[in-house]
Amino acid sequence: MEDILARAKKIAEEAEVFMVASEETSVQFETNRLKHIHSIQRSSVALRVIQHGKIGYATTTEPDNRQELVNMAVETARFGMPARFEFPSLTTYPSIEVFDANVGAVPIETMINLGEELIATIKSHTPDIICEAGVARADASVRIINSRGGEANYRESIFSLGVEGSLIRDTDMLFVGDSETSCQPLTESKKVAEIVLQQLEFAQNQASVPGKLLPVVFTPRGVASALITPLMIAFNGKTVLEGASPIGNRLGEPVFDPKLWLWDDPTIAYRPASRPCDDEGTPSQRTSLIEGGKVAHFLYDLQTAALAHTQSTGNGDRNGGLPSPSATAFVIAPGTTTFDEMVSDIKEGLVIEQLMGAEQGNILSGDFSGNVLLGYKVEGGKIVGRVKDTMVTGNVYQLLKEITAIGSDDQWVGSSIKTPSLYCPRLSVASRG
Amino acid sequence: MPFIEAIGQQLAEMLKKYSADYIEAHLEESQTSHIAYRGRELDSIGRATATGGNIRAMVKGAWGFVSFNDLNELANKVELAVKQAQLAGREQSQLAPVTPVVDAVLTETDRNPVAIPLAKKKQLLDEYNDVIWQTPKLQTSIAGYGDSYKKVIFLNSSGSYIEQDRMDIALRLAAVATEGNEVQQAVMSLGSRGDFTEVQGLHHQVEKMAQRSVELLSAPQVKGKEYTVVLDPVLAGVFAHEAFGHLSESDFVYENDRLREVMTLGKQFGGKLLNIIDDPTMPRLRGSYKYDDEGVPAKKTYLIREGKLVGRLHSRETAAKMGEKPTGNARAINYRFPPIVRMSNTYIEPDSASFEDIISDIKEGVYARNWYGGTTSMEMFTFSAGEAYMIRNGKIAELLRPVVLTGNVFTTLMNIDAIGNDLEMNQGGGCGKGGQVPLPVSNGSPHIRIRHCLVGGK
Repeated sequence: MEDILARAKKIAEEAEVFMVASEETSVQFETNRLKHIHSIQRSSVALRVIQHGKIGYATTTEPDNRQELVNMAVETARFGMPARFEFPSLTTYPSIEVFDANVGAVPIETMINLGEELIATIKSHTPDIICEAGVARADASVRIINSRGGEANYRESIFSLGVEGSLIRDTDMLFVGDSETSCQPLTESKKVAEIVLQQLEFAQNQASVPGKLLPVVFTPRGVASALITPLMIAFNGKTVLEGASPIGNRLGEPVFDPKLWLWDDPTIAYRPASRPCDDEGTPSQRTSLIEGGKVAHFLYDLQTAALAHTQSTGNGDRNGGLPSPSATAFVIAPGTTTFDEMVSDIKEGLVIEQLMGAEQGNILSGDFSGNVLLGYKVEGGKIVGRVKDTMVTGNVYQLLKEITAIGSDDQWVGSSIKTPSLYCPRLSVASRG
Repeated sequence: MPFIEAIGQQLAEMLKKYSADYIEAHLEESQTSHIAYRGRELDSIGRATATGGNIRAMVKGAWGFVSFNDLNELANKVELAVKQAQLAGREQSQLAPVTPVVDAVLTETDRNPVAIPLAKKKQLLDEYNDVIWQTPKLQTSIAGYGDSYKKVIFLNSSGSYIEQDRMDIALRLAAVATEGNEVQQAVMSLGSRGDFTEVQGLHHQVEKMAQRSVELLSAPQVKGKEYTVVLDPVLAGVFAHEAFGHLSESDFVYENDRLREVMTLGKQFGGKLLNIIDDPTMPRLRGSYKYDDEGVPAKKTYLIREGKLVGRLHSRETAAKMGEKPTGNARAINYRFPPIVRMSNTYIEPDSASFEDIISDIKEGVYARNWYGGTTSMEMFTFSAGEAYMIRNGKIAELLRPVVLTGNVFTTLMNIDAIGNDLEMNQGGGCGKGGQVPLPVSNGSPHIRIRHCLVGGK
């Protein structure tokens, strides 16, 4: 890496080398049976240069291709955008625990047992179900060095466990599932199994909802599948800078329900989205986004922050390309109402556990429209069964402006969202009935 | 770049030494370049090279898979893949027999799009961006161009050794218009199998796209209910791919008895007029290839013929387990993934109706064009149109906000009651499955009419 930096510095004014190497081992179950064991080794080097004030960029998986990498980066710098930032010089990073050596030591046999136990629990509840499950462990190292003397290193371990079950009766298909991830080994499958069993219980009967405005409870998984993506885009500093964010010029204004608090948090110990610094070497921080319904801040990387005359929030992410602002983990503060209290408050309404296709609408405006892949009808304060052929249409901003109650049941959905259930007074429902 | 050819020869010898029911290897070297604009500002420009490979071994019905960037110590990697398969294997291996093939399918490298000077690619995007920005009320735009050249060597323990290369170009443009609190966007997505001229000269289409984003600001939202819906070739192609195509991928079906019943060959899925085909042998489309990633020769497969289910897409394993012939549809997006059953070029065969025939007797309906995207969950599908109009009294009427169509595949296929004569193949976007996205595919159709289709709205 040092050699790449040295070669780049001969041609360009500034340079930064980013290297990531990872190894992942996973066991995968198909149709309730162990089917695949995978191990994936990856390594890549990315070089960002600033030449005549412009940014150039190239990557390779070949550590020996040093000069070619430098040449490619310099070639692109001719056309690159003007750099408005400086690479961070040597700094201290917050100590955030994201590595546990025990993850790498988990034997494959233990991973197989974990998957088998999970499938057995679900099958003992519903014998006809067909499960696909996976258990994986990974170890990744990141190193960043730049021409201003900046240097960052960290190692992260990830353990994950997930299952998707499908139950088919004639042409009726029911899909259930959940997953859990951590930087520490997961030793039991109970948490995931409980959620799946709950889904199967609620979905035992079928029910239909009328096509009209209905009160809706989004479960944590429902919130994640329907409402979070538009917010991640709207709070992205780049969207704001372009003027395309509907909340971009509303800093400090009450845009959401006063009960709503949201932040981006890469500093929580042993969470896979956590890290001591972002992919540019900016220290990680917790960034408040919604404070009591008011827009508090947006997410930035170095370049976007410089263009917007603000500071990077440590959200520079490389998704295989140049760093760009990106959410790490969105956390919505829990409320005090239990899920059961929300349901028992509804005369006629809907619980949404999984919405399909929500992200295909006009994400920028917050409009969404999706098929309720897994959702339940509520009648007289009770869940009476699963709904089918039901589509909901709404707008995230209208929906989050007036929230009846926020759940006390906050939990992680995947690695990048932690949310409670949200109870909204009305949502437009269309159905075959 | 290291010579993957030399490594391939070494590996061919090595694979013979291990005791597994089957072993295969993929070696790959690739070059890519990309340019992206957000608004008037260049957002990203970059180049990349990658080299990697994988070993896949089957023992007693289970697979071990090892992928790597580091091409050293390959024997250890073969050993690990075999060991993993042994650990997981508890049944009997089944793979449909395929005659070993030794072949090299290489295009002239002077067509490599990555080798075209960056200046020329940037100039093209600059021109399109200028066209977009001539539109008033425009808030921002997105313009992205990406290309790739890759060479893949496939070899297996039965003696197959196939070298193939492929080139790909993808172009995506979006215009975002705002007025007050309203934000609307229009998008355009296309691609080619490495032919740069196919993404040139689209200035007029780009202009129309930008204008549409502005027109959408004042367009009404459709009332959510059932309509007679007419799909344009692009959206109907997405429908064929999403709603039906994924169901004919046998890896969903082969070990799932219930689903096998649903997908019994010979079952009536649609009217006599309906024919759906997957065909990787069509020339020069993004989903075209000569051999799949298991070394199986590509072939044209009828999925639905005259409304009846007559075929499905297979890997060697799914074909063996279902007692059918392999179709050459096992594809991997790159060396980091094992091949899985995928579509190639999927389309609805044209019938005889003209566009006027199709809309003339619709009193109130929706004409949906273009696509934002689509997903499917077996029987349920959702797909969204980038452009939509009301149909009133047999005529195209007012522009609508983008619509989302949803439904049950089985009922919807039955409800197709008119198919046009104007087949077009769409080269935009890419398909996602099992974390492998975007795989280059194409899909197509003539205009089609669907009765009783649920449209989401207010």
